Parts: sequence; C-alpha cells; structure tokens
Amino acid sequence: MHIQLNGEPYTLEAGLTAADLIDQLALTGRRVAVEINEEIVPRSQLATTRLAEDDQVEVVHAIGGG
Amino acid sequence: MTLQNDAPFTIAGRNFSSRLLVGTGKYKDFDETGAAIAESGAEIVTFAVRRTNLGQEAGPNLLDVISPSRYTLLPNTAGCYTAKDAVRTCRLARELLDGHKLVKLEVLGDETTLYPNVVETLKAAETLLADGFDVMVYTSDDPIVARELEAMGCCAIMPLGSLIGSGHGIQNPHNVRLIVEQSSVPVLVDAGIGTASDAAMAMELGCDGVLLNTAIAHARDPLRMARAMKSAVEAGRDAFLAGRMPRRQTADPSSPFAGRING
Repeated sequence: MHIQLNGEPYTLEAGLTAADLIDQLALTGRRVAVEINEEIVPRSQLATTRLAEDDQVEVVHAIGGG
Repeated sequence: MTLQNDAPFTIAGRNFSSRLLVGTGKYKDFDETGAAIAESGAEIVTFAVRRTNLGQEAGPNLLDVISPSRYTLLPNTAGCYTAKDAVRTCRLARELLDGHKLVKLEVLGDETTLYPNVVETLKAAETLLADGFDVMVYTSDDPIVARELEAMGCCAIMPLGSLIGSGHGIQNPHNVRLIVEQSSVPVLVDAGIGTASDAAMAMELGCDGVLLNTAIAHARDPLRMARAMKSAVEAGRDAFLAGRMPRRQTADPSSPFAGRING
C-alpha cells in the first residue's frame, strides 16, 4: 500500500493502523500529532484508525521557533 | 511611602508575573535553549510545529527542555502563508499538547519580509476563535487591523516592531502607542527587538509585554542577553507606570539657585 507521509511517498503493508505506522517509525511514546487527509487523528484513536491507499499522512512534533 | 504593586499581566484568564515572552528558535543546542529561557524569567514560551524527521534516530525533544509543567507553552504558526495552513497547524498543536487552546497565530506574506498577511490572518483568526482557541495574534502595526482583531475576540494583539529577525527595533512607535491606547486586551511587541533598549522602549510605550527570540539567541552571550531583556522589560514597565518627566527646551537645575557661595 502506498501513502504520502510528510510529503514523501511511503510504502507499507495493507491493513495497518495509524498506531502501527507510528510504531514502524519508532515514534511510539514520543510526543507527536497525526493528521490524515487534513483531519486530526486524536491519540486515543490512532490504534483504531486504518490507513488507506493514497492517504496523506502528516506526523508532526514541536521544534524550536519564535 | 510604599511602592504600589503592578496589576497582574493576564493572558486568556491566566495571570503571569513576567511580561517577557520568548521563542525557542536559533539556539546552538537544547542546553543553551533551556538555560537562556530560564535566565530570561519568561513564563510563556513559543515553539514551532514541524514534520518529524523520518528515518533518523529520534533525539531529545524540545518539550523535554521546555516542560509543559514549568512553562505556559505557546505553539505558533510560523512558516504558514495561508489561513488554511495556520488553522491546520493550530489543530495539530492542540493535539500535540492534549487540548491546549492558547496559540500564537502568524500568517506571513512572503519570505523576504515575513510581513504579516493580514487578510489571511483575519480569516484564520475567525476560524480559530470559532473553534475555541485563545488566539494571540501577530499583526502589522496598523491600528485599524488591530481593532478588528480585538473585536473578533483575539486575546492579545501583537504588532511587529520591525521585520522578524531583523533587530531593527520599533520602527513606528507612534502606531504602537495608538494600538496600546485603543486596546482593552494585552498588546505585545512581537518581532524586531534587537537589544535591551528596544524591549524597554516597547514597555515605555505602554505595551503589556514583549515577545522576542533572535535578540537573545543570536547575541554573543545569549544567557547574559536573556538577563538583560528581563531587566529591560521590568525597567520599561516601571518607567511607563511611573510616568516620565515632561521634556523641556532649556535646562532646569536640580540644585537650588538660592544659597550659592557666589550669589
């Protein structure tokens, strides 16, 4: 299955959830926020949100800025 | 005689004792970020929201350095050029911080000036306010735009002193003063502060606070500049409250004329 992850093409197994993706990215337990197709996925729903072909996924975190 | 206490500095219903707000960008490393912010005495600290770096070892997290339990965090929309991107960024920040409502909205016009795009800023503010955010808004030093943003319900108006990161100080103090005089919500100079006297000037103009980043981060000694900014904001605030003496065209001796030995 192909998705766009943070603006780049990304390939993963079909049927995975957003939580599985976060796990694959070694970001489990890190303070990140996830958006799929411009909609926020609350942390409590990551494990039940299944990814679909061509999803546009953003995973963001806090960085230094003014 | 005793000195009267200042009124509290209130943002979105919360009282703060420091009127200096600082950013977290452009520091050498997280150690310097944390130390400079601690030295500044700031209680409200702004940060940016960005895509995580994929495929790299995850290093320390900014939020470990500026802990949400110690500081009031102010996610910003720096780098957004449209209302839509700014709103998405605020919603991501709210999720990142478990429902946090206070944001710094900035929608920029172009990369050369980073000047606020007020049309997009007004659109974004409307959506964010309807969505329950407390919006501190970076804007131009135009009093009419400032009045509009306040009427919409923004909880702080933050005109630029000069271009972001320029260090050119407050280019139009008259406009900043007009905005201060007409506003019932806090007014903060955000952007352009270069050194301590600029911060003091903002406060002497009657601003409720100052938000800065580069002036500390790019000083030769950021920790010392952080302390200078803390003092400048306090000194400027006291000078504003004290009310400056009138200016005169001619000298006025401080020592009495009467009783001079040559009299």
